[in-house]
Amino acid sequence: MPRQGIRWWRGIVLVVAALFFLAPVVSAIAFALEGNHGGVSFANFGAFVTNSGVRSALLTSLEIGGLTMAIVLILMVPTVVFVRLKAPRLSLLLDSVTILPIVIPPIVLAAGLASLQSGAGTFLQKSLFASPLSALTPFYVILAMPFVYRSLDTGVRAIDLRTLVDAARGLGAGWTRVMLSVVLPNIRTAVLGGAFLTLALVLGEVVISKILLYTTFPVEIISVGQQGTAGVPIALSVESLLFTWLVLLLISFLGGKRRGRTGGVRRRLRLSTTTTPGV
Amino acid sequence: MRRPSPAVLGIAPFVVYVLIFLGLPLYEVITGAFTGSAGGTTFANVSTTFNQPQFLQSFKESILLSLWTAGLGAGFGTWLAYAIVTSRATSPLRRIASTSSGVLAYFAGVPLVFCMEAAYGSPGAGIVTDLLGHLGVHLYAHGFNIVSIFGLGICYVYFQVPLMVILITPALEGLLPQWREAAAGLGATSWRYWRHIGGPVLTPAVLGSFLLLFGNAFAAYATALALLNGNENLVPSQIDFALSGNVLVNQTGVGLALGLEMVVVVGVVMVCYALLSRRANRWNA
Repeated sequence: MPRQGIRWWRGIVLVVAALFFLAPVVSAIAFALEGNHGGVSFANFGAFVTNSGVRSALLTSLEIGGLTMAIVLILMVPTVVFVRLKAPRLSLLLDSVTILPIVIPPIVLAAGLASLQSGAGTFLQKSLFASPLSALTPFYVILAMPFVYRSLDTGVRAIDLRTLVDAARGLGAGWTRVMLSVVLPNIRTAVLGGAFLTLALVLGEVVISKILLYTTFPVEIISVGQQGTAGVPIALSVESLLFTWLVLLLISFLGGKRRGRTGGVRRRLRLSTTTTPGV
Repeated sequence: MRRPSPAVLGIAPFVVYVLIFLGLPLYEVITGAFTGSAGGTTFANVSTTFNQPQFLQSFKESILLSLWTAGLGAGFGTWLAYAIVTSRATSPLRRIASTSSGVLAYFAGVPLVFCMEAAYGSPGAGIVTDLLGHLGVHLYAHGFNIVSIFGLGICYVYFQVPLMVILITPALEGLLPQWREAAAGLGATSWRYWRHIGGPVLTPAVLGSFLLLFGNAFAAYATALALLNGNENLVPSQIDFALSGNVLVNQTGVGLALGLEMVVVVGVVMVCYALLSRRANRWNA
């Protein structure tokens, strides 16, 4: 009876996986819920409001995240639409350029930037590194590019872009109108997906900001952890984790709704095959 | 007079942006790697990274860590993916597993480290550690410590396995049941099916995914930074030391040379991955 044989090993591998993947998350939630004097307390989970250091670091990260989202979308949406419509051969170039931020480890990008930062002599260099917002945003756009590009590329491939654009142009719409009222609404899932992935990436990025000595959200979590209070950083970790998961589930839900179940799975897989952001 | 081709104009903003904000730091790394501390072009930085034992050791440790976490991730990930793929297509298990691997592959860096510490921290601070202690298994008495290079590897496995599930699932779905039936019809045992059909078809995909996991671990630094605060001997931490002048001053050039070498290693790995995945796609009609 070979089928019986298949069943028990499947059971073992699934139970081992469930234990391995659930243990840290469940432990972290239990740990963070423990009050100072025993009992259950949610105080640790409110730290991003009550702890002023964490609050200001989170605000910095959110500002950077918002600006990064805006720039990467303004840059990539027209580029992807243009390449798809007018120069499909250039998609190979786009494919290979957007793989670069993945081939170049974050520590190497950080090294190049640290070298630029320490040699900051010119006015341009000085103003670039003057604040975390101006220093980190342009390079987080680079880090977000591969994920946003893949999301948008999947989005425009799923619709009949040429027909839509030709119809709108034929009815007298200008290019701005075409982009805003025709293209964007049709690829909104891809745009939202790319935007949320960018935000999650910015909220998790620690290597570049720590080396350039800017206090962003994850950098602050590490430094709170080093001050010896384990409950707060663990609660913050659980929260940023839940936020990322929520974002990813939302993306896969939106994708699934538009293209049915298999489409959703395919799309989710495609989004994720470009290695882990913020590792 | 020819006007500039519209194709060039359309992607000009993107190209200019990448040239400035990716090109500039890269240019800095490349020129810095070949510039001496007193200026002038030199190969001294690069040769230092090959002569001094601490740098060679860091490459050895980075490669070793990447090898075993990628190996374990690829092995267990393939097994797990096979368990998922061969389950009934309608089972909720399948949907949960595919969604959660997409999500878990993103679980890395600072949050992962704090969750792992909450579970496997020292006795009294780690919930799983204490739970196992009650059952008579004293992890820390046997030399285990989550804050170590081994603990870091366990953290890496946590995101390597789901990444492997994502990467290998399409290849496993490509193993048509008809092949297995045909083999069985011709009298092949399960072993012979895997030896002559399943194995050879899957090998390029498994190897390619293994390479991607290797590159993923080799390039990673956030998790090490959060867990060990750079107090380990991996290539990224050597770059970090060199840049911050913690050990010796004027080591920036050496740090940049190490960075360049990292890019070369990851680049070679990615090229091999691309070649293997082309071969792996041969069976996906």
